[in-house]
Amino acid sequence: MTIATRPPRHSFRFRGRNFLALVLRPALPISGWLGELDDWLNRSPGFFTGKPLILDLAGVGLERADIVGLIGELKTRTIRIMGIEGVEASVLDDTLPPLLTGGRTLGAVEVAEAVSPPPAAAAAASDQVSTSDSTLPPVTIPGTESNRPNKAPTASAITPLPAQARQVASLLIETPVRSGQAVINTDGDVIVLGSVASGAEIIAAGSIHVYGTLRGRALAGVYGSETARVFCRRFEAELIAIGGHFKVTEEIDPQLRQKPVQAWVTGDELKIASLEQTDKETATWRKSS
Amino acid sequence: MAEVLVVTSGKGGVGKTTSTAALGAALAQAGQNVVVVDFDVGLRNLDLVMGAERRVVYDLINVANGDVKLQQALIRDKRIDTLYLLAASQTRDKDALSEEGVRRCINELRARFDWVICDSPAGIERGAQLAMRFADLAVVVSNPEVSSVRDSDRIIGLLDSKTMKAASGERMEKLLLLTRYDKIRAGRGDMLSIDDVLEILSIPLLGIIPESEEVLRASNLGAPVTIANAQSAPARAYMDAAKRLQGESVPMTIPSGRQTLLTRLFGRRAA
Repeated sequence: MTIATRPPRHSFRFRGRNFLALVLRPALPISGWLGELDDWLNRSPGFFTGKPLILDLAGVGLERADIVGLIGELKTRTIRIMGIEGVEASVLDDTLPPLLTGGRTLGAVEVAEAVSPPPAAAAAASDQVSTSDSTLPPVTIPGTESNRPNKAPTASAITPLPAQARQVASLLIETPVRSGQAVINTDGDVIVLGSVASGAEIIAAGSIHVYGTLRGRALAGVYGSETARVFCRRFEAELIAIGGHFKVTEEIDPQLRQKPVQAWVTGDELKIASLEQTDKETATWRKSS
Repeated sequence: MAEVLVVTSGKGGVGKTTSTAALGAALAQAGQNVVVVDFDVGLRNLDLVMGAERRVVYDLINVANGDVKLQQALIRDKRIDTLYLLAASQTRDKDALSEEGVRRCINELRARFDWVICDSPAGIERGAQLAMRFADLAVVVSNPEVSSVRDSDRIIGLLDSKTMKAASGERMEKLLLLTRYDKIRAGRGDMLSIDDVLEILSIPLLGIIPESEEVLRASNLGAPVTIANAQSAPARAYMDAAKRLQGESVPMTIPSGRQTLLTRLFGRRAA
């Protein structure tokens, strides 16, 4: 048996990590854009404080001197830039933030005011969710109000969920979700305490829990997660989807209507079963799942 | 302090205009100063139901655009002194209304009346959104029938996001007025039950208006049903609803018409 005699060394490992950053995309003329930004900051003072910010300069074609000037202007507004996107590497030197490439847009986001609006507005939030050219649905932030024209300076911004919400990625909606509304959480579960109306839509990267009646559509695991599930206290859904597998009302056993149910994916199939039944026959469904 | 109330539904033909006229008249009959405002620009009806179609000179758009004084456009009801009408324009379309103009007009009405009742056009577009924009309170009119209930649900969502109240973070009060309710058909299961509708919409109930030919008769007469035949079942239901709006607690009943031998026989056979 050999015993290691070498002195302990700190391992030198690199780790990759993904973070969400807010992207600012200035528009020409820069002075006009800065004016808009000032209006925005008047409405939401301190909005950018402590948030990671990327400056996307693609399409504005600024000279080095202009970039230095712009970053200076932003600094006077206490906005610090951690990286620059969309310029030639040669334009930037050591005094400027590093060049970033390969960013993946999550979607246009309706950014909440910095002041925290009432949670009651959460369900109303996505009534008019705007989707950018990206393939992923936009993030809906609790309290976002669709009727505020506050997208101006961050036209294609990605925003992280507010600091607190980032740790708890589930989105809790305490009001009923009305027909025509969509609640979207691209980070985790959606929990709805009220009912989800016919013609409403819940979209979650994780699972969906509805404590009222689910009459609308529930799309869980939208990024392909097949471990996501859909639970509801009373099942009258128009459509259930998990990780790309879906069923519409017609294909669902009518016996399950108005029952508390759960839906999950096993193998290549979307299964839906009464929760009452699950209770009684726990052993059998465990085997199959 | 004036209360601005919007009568809305999403779906057309469920009884918004009838309910606006009947609630307005019932409140005025109770001594309140009331104005009913027709927001259905281009398809105005409220003037007909109020029996004032021959007296319309100026309308909401004239006032909102500042062409005339509010005083010139208000039409006083001939039967009840405290009831006024502000008609819509039949020749213009909804784009002729500006939000600023509507705001100014509603503020002027607020100063003069106890109740400003806005009759919303059907749909969820600009016209309907302007009608609800400055309201303090919404009466959502719905029939006990799935498409109407779903549209009402959609409208409730808009009330929670598009009104000034919602935009300023306050709670928009919404009340359900269930109209064209037919006891016999509900008993047979041909209609959604009251409980079903309440469960789906989950907003408080303001009243249940029974289906009645009195409603049609009244609008053909050009009178709100509460004036045309105050003893009729729908009139009593509207009066109860008006009392609830004023904060009185009235037990929720569905008034029924006087039963004649014929309806009794008919009803029994149908059941």
